[in-house]
Amino acid sequence: MAKNLFDKVWEAHSVRQLPSGQTQLFIGLHLVHEVTSPQAFGMLRDRSLQVMFPQRTFATADHIVPTAQLARPFADQLAEQMMVEIEKNASQFSIPFFGLGDQRQGIVHVIGPELGLTQPGMTIACGDSHTSTHGAFGAIAFGIGTSQVRDVLASQCLTMGRPKVRRIEVSGRLARGVYAKDLILAIIGKLGVKGGVGYAYEYGGEVVDRMGMEERMSLCNMSIEGGARVGYVNPDQITFDYLRGRPYAPQGEAFERAVSWWRSLASGPDAAYDDRVQLDGGAIAPTLTWGINPGQTLSVEGEIPSPDAFPADERAGIQEALDYMDFKPGQKIAGTPIDVAFIGSCTNGRLTDLREAARVARGRRVKPGVKALVVPGSQQVRRAAEAEGLHQIFTEAGFEWRGAGCSMCLAMNPDKLQGRQLCASSSNRNFKGRQGSPTGRTLLMSPAMVAAAAVTGAVADVRGLL
Amino acid sequence: MNTSIITYVGGRAVPVRGDDIDTDRIIPARYLRTLTFEDLGTHAFEDDRAQGKHAFDEPRFQGSAILLANRNFGCGSSREHAPQALMRWGIRAFVAESFAEIFFGNCVALGLPCFTAPGPELARLMDSVEAAPLQKLGLDVERQLLSWKGGETAIALPEGARRQFLEGTWDALGQLLEAPDLIRATAERLPYLNDFAAAT
Repeated sequence: MAKNLFDKVWEAHSVRQLPSGQTQLFIGLHLVHEVTSPQAFGMLRDRSLQVMFPQRTFATADHIVPTAQLARPFADQLAEQMMVEIEKNASQFSIPFFGLGDQRQGIVHVIGPELGLTQPGMTIACGDSHTSTHGAFGAIAFGIGTSQVRDVLASQCLTMGRPKVRRIEVSGRLARGVYAKDLILAIIGKLGVKGGVGYAYEYGGEVVDRMGMEERMSLCNMSIEGGARVGYVNPDQITFDYLRGRPYAPQGEAFERAVSWWRSLASGPDAAYDDRVQLDGGAIAPTLTWGINPGQTLSVEGEIPSPDAFPADERAGIQEALDYMDFKPGQKIAGTPIDVAFIGSCTNGRLTDLREAARVARGRRVKPGVKALVVPGSQQVRRAAEAEGLHQIFTEAGFEWRGAGCSMCLAMNPDKLQGRQLCASSSNRNFKGRQGSPTGRTLLMSPAMVAAAAVTGAVADVRGLL
Repeated sequence: MNTSIITYVGGRAVPVRGDDIDTDRIIPARYLRTLTFEDLGTHAFEDDRAQGKHAFDEPRFQGSAILLANRNFGCGSSREHAPQALMRWGIRAFVAESFAEIFFGNCVALGLPCFTAPGPELARLMDSVEAAPLQKLGLDVERQLLSWKGGETAIALPEGARRQFLEGTWDALGQLLEAPDLIRATAERLPYLNDFAAAT
């Protein structure tokens, strides 16, 4: 039976089978950030252990950093403490650290790829569930908890059960104004928030083959919202062209040898999978969430659903979502007024995301009363965007142009919703309280759709603004 | 004798109703700004609790060791702070219709078994625990059996995790460090760690 990429990469990294039946899996790249690492380093100290492969460990600060008023010490003393702690840990354990004073700093899942650290054929772990992002390069990349961060630091390994592999094939062509974000929201809407539990997702087909690396990253990023800890795309010429010349990518002849190995990793046409799903990319409209989990999606042309449209045992949950979001069944989602517009996050904070949003924002104005911010995913993205003048397009339109970080995705830094504010967001989670107010409300959508909502003052079909 | 071996968890139970309860609700992100896990117990479900009646605030459920849940419990963020908060509140095991994968793995790392049971069984259990909160539940890891006021019911733990609890290897680091030569041998075979010299 022909192997898929997952099989090849998993087997290459299997150190040994354990008595429990699980695998001791070697982790080729360990990415670290300030929130999920302090206790892990503490546990190493408690047990007098060292980091086994410091040369395969890279750290940054992203979750708690402010995106405005970056002066140290931070106004938030707890955030300042965490920065001091990761600086200390990186120094003590000899780990490269891309901190705020370093031009390479940014959201961990943005900087790994742009620095060429993320490569095909690796296993990649990080104490963050959106580690699935790096699967876009044909790596097995997944999120882990703090005790597992400790395990990787000390042994460069994890104890893992092997998941099954589901091939998700997307045929056809995405329409104008429809992006990778719409596709992944459509997939999660179709397969459900727990549909992927126990699976790695392999994304493929004409639509995915045509995507650039940044779109592939958006796609893989939200695999975990569909329950799949791992999501990946087979490496191809698009992947190799992206990696060529990046600081940590192989250079010169080593790069050509690498490309040869990377090509060999891709799933063959006769590869076997545990399950297959087909989607028609051409049938997807701009998609957004209406509720309190990423599976509660609808088309921008659609109406808020009624609990009656769901199986009996799901109705109470649907009603809870309707009540929290203050929506009524049958209400059209387009035209819903918004209070806040957020463009950024590890899902959609890259240069192509900012370009698409800028296309919508150019020559238009953020609706008075709407707070709109654009947060580049890394300092490198920020510089590149400024070199193209994107920041001027945004500021002239009335968006705030910020420093790099996780920002309003997740309530750990000063960028937060207030009260019941409704936010059009290019992030990845719409759970209750996610964006910093216990009663705040989130509508997930593509960055172009966020820009459309910002200039309209309400949810709007971006296809009419392009 | 391996004192880490876990074969049984017993205690009273607290039902936390609702599907897709995510880790942001279990422990809000503002509490992740911490260098230790120590003070998390009092903040478990804090924002849900502020919205009104919550099982974690009810006197009859204080001191529970077993948390009963519905589908996809612990979805969302990988934060280990979520099971840490629940553990420090007093929880030692979970029974739900299904769990999110990263949450499940974090619980294993802390020695907290997550058992599954079918939806109708959970409904019966939750109703019973609400009516008779003082009853003691017993979770048998070896036999995959839950004993409660209504009798005995089959529960499931995936085989790999089950064996980790029975062997005492759920705290994985010791086992992972047993074979440093094999770890280094794996590193030596990986093309990207060897300048792709060995690549075909």
